[in-house]
Amino acid sequence: MSLFSDVPQAPPVAVFKLTADFREDTHPQKVNLGVGAYRTDDCQPWVLPVVKKVERLIVEDESLNHEYLPILGLPEFRSAASKVALGDDSPAIKENRVGGVQALGGTGALRIGAEFLRRWYNSVNNTATPVYVSAPTWENHNGVFADAGFKDIRPYHYWDAAKRGLDLAGFLDDLEKAPEYSIFVLHACAHNPTGTDPTQEEWKQIAEVMKRRKLYVFFDSAYQGFASGSLEKDAWAIRFFVSEGFELFIAQSFSKNFGLYNERVGNLTVVSKDNENLTRVLSQMEKIVRTTWSNPPSQGARIVSKTLNCPELFEEWKGNVKTMADRVLLMRDQLKAKLQALGTPGTWDHITQQIGMFSFTGLTPKQVEYMIKEKHVYLMASGRINMCGLTSKNIDYVAQSIHEAVTKVQ
Amino acid sequence: CTRYSWWGGVQMGPPDPILGVTEAFKKDTNPKKMNLGVGAYRDDQGKPFVLSCVRKAEAIIAAKQLDKEYLPIGGLAEFSKACAQLALGPENEVLKSSRSVTVQTISGTGSLRIGANFLARFHPGPHDVYLPKPSWGNHTPIFRDAGMQLKAYRYYEPSTCGFDFKGALDDISKIPEQSIILLHACAHNPTGVDPRPEQWKEIADIVKKRNLLVFFDMAYQGFASGDIDRDAWAVRHFIENGHNIVLSQSFAKNMGLYGERVGGFTVVCKDAEEAKRVESQLKILIRPIYSNPPVNGARIAATILNTPELRSLWLEEVHGMANRIIKMREQLVAGLKKNGSSHNWQHVIDQIGMFCFTGLKPEQVERLTKEFSVYMTKDGRISMAGVTSGNVGYLADAIHAVTK
Repeated sequence: MSLFSDVPQAPPVAVFKLTADFREDTHPQKVNLGVGAYRTDDCQPWVLPVVKKVERLIVEDESLNHEYLPILGLPEFRSAASKVALGDDSPAIKENRVGGVQALGGTGALRIGAEFLRRWYNSVNNTATPVYVSAPTWENHNGVFADAGFKDIRPYHYWDAAKRGLDLAGFLDDLEKAPEYSIFVLHACAHNPTGTDPTQEEWKQIAEVMKRRKLYVFFDSAYQGFASGSLEKDAWAIRFFVSEGFELFIAQSFSKNFGLYNERVGNLTVVSKDNENLTRVLSQMEKIVRTTWSNPPSQGARIVSKTLNCPELFEEWKGNVKTMADRVLLMRDQLKAKLQALGTPGTWDHITQQIGMFSFTGLTPKQVEYMIKEKHVYLMASGRINMCGLTSKNIDYVAQSIHEAVTKVQ
Repeated sequence: CTRYSWWGGVQMGPPDPILGVTEAFKKDTNPKKMNLGVGAYRDDQGKPFVLSCVRKAEAIIAAKQLDKEYLPIGGLAEFSKACAQLALGPENEVLKSSRSVTVQTISGTGSLRIGANFLARFHPGPHDVYLPKPSWGNHTPIFRDAGMQLKAYRYYEPSTCGFDFKGALDDISKIPEQSIILLHACAHNPTGVDPRPEQWKEIADIVKKRNLLVFFDMAYQGFASGDIDRDAWAVRHFIENGHNIVLSQSFAKNMGLYGERVGGFTVVCKDAEEAKRVESQLKILIRPIYSNPPVNGARIAATILNTPELRSLWLEEVHGMANRIIKMREQLVAGLKKNGSSHNWQHVIDQIGMFCFTGLKPEQVERLTKEFSVYMTKDGRISMAGVTSGNVGYLADAIHAVTK
């Protein structure tokens, strides 16, 4: 009799299952618009030139070893990462009230932040505090907060399917109605999966309500630089909230903007009221890290740190990021133009209005099924496509496939 | 904007006892200072040691110009496979029948945590984890944070600085059925005291009688005796004996890959079908913690394990590290004898692995630190890795001074 006889088979994670199905498909024109990873116009993964350069420097540096990093991570990585988010001239950094926890990717940063909040926010051990995530959101947000112990995870209005844009009224209404001290997970830019971000005016309105109602700000920043091509522009919302005096967390990922997906490079930036509070917070973060992974992996942090802390490499990196962002913007322009040229029913402005890696096409589940089964174009059931999967060679086929799906299937 | 902070009620966390030792050591200006705190290997010059097989593997990997795409949730397949083979032996029936699952983890800590989370979610028996007394300090908070309860069984006998075999058997025989017992596979941390094979056999028998779930923590395979098969003997014996164990492995010490965070978690199941179900649930646990593991260290480890010349080189280097430690133990005892110490220091030689439970009392430890700048943890544990032929004499003098 096995102890594990009652362990049920868990369903596969949807986005990885999609890629697995795509791999097995033998159709010559198959296209993968699923997983969020950058691809070149040849549909290949792209190791950033600056990353290749820095990796060579690291391998050739005989003075480097593989010793443990401190629990909170590589100090020069943490400070550089927080500086990228908050800006070189950030008053909060000057006031010594900003700290970082190096984490395993954006996921790890979210998880450490969530574990901290569950223990220390809004009186201790408060698993009942509502956590609000956007409708829709990156599906793992739910898992992260649930496994951190939060029992009440709720959606806030975000995507307006009818107008294919932000449901600001619904969002603001949820903010007004949320219990005080609720935690809100905000996408700093390039909202995943919709690609729809609030405008600066809209962010101001959101901040006003959050401040008045004492709601906790937890930013997820996975695409800084990748969205518009500008680090500053993509960090506008974060910097605005900090300038408004919020204490907040920012879960930063360097998976996409450095192309370091499998090295797991992330940083939880903590902005506190003052250094004294920050010190105590970081001491408790250490406790949480110690029982999760003890100390973080060094390779990815070394690459990012070397790059961010060296002026020439930093410029080169910004150039690499702009290359990626520009290619995505080009694909957006072209996809919209082709759909308009085909006379595909509906409006397609949202494709160029949306920003970042993803686009919420508005395709229905049945239309998505048609795309996958009949056209071998793989996308998420939500209608989300990864713009990076589009290339100059497949964009006509994809546009044609969307046209067919929309005209043939309801 | 209000001056109020959310974090006014956050207490200052106590400094980590082990890492705190290094902090204090760094501040000390005594040129003779010794850091015998953290368990990281040092060469005979007291420097961190990057294994040649690691450097060679890194060069091979760099030349391949691989991409940086996400690993699967369960990690690098060629690593997980090699990791399991290393622990169980490549001809093990468990591997041949595919009735185990191994996932890549964030070194030993990450492995223990995934294991603890898995047990918290799925273990049908009591959620009590029995640790040896004493155990690695981080075991308790890891299991606690995962939602498990901690209990203990007798292990270390202070009067002999050795194994309390009778006490262990006695306590284990009283553990409620289906509870979880954690065993250090080799090189017990912090005591360095391991059961002998005949003793392991008796422990396996009584654990089976009590129907306990065995959780092996193996952080020092190869590093303890210098022989990877010898160090895995207990793990393999339990499996042969019919225990479907869970196992945490770390490559921090035996490959010197500390900061790359390389480890594995294995669940030995009834059959392949069960292994698949368990694997699917491990992925569900991993995804909301860190999505998928870091590639660098796992790729280095896999390259070493799967490339015959590198594997041979690794076995030599691991043997070398273990031998240096054994030599330091012998030299320390010789030094104490030479100083005319009247105490029995045999345990320093009998104990195995990186750590030595000296038997020193807290007051003596404090004197060692204050008067001689010898840094160690309060429980009297020293990391032999911090001892070199250059400072072993000084250490013998210092220990003699506080114990005579």
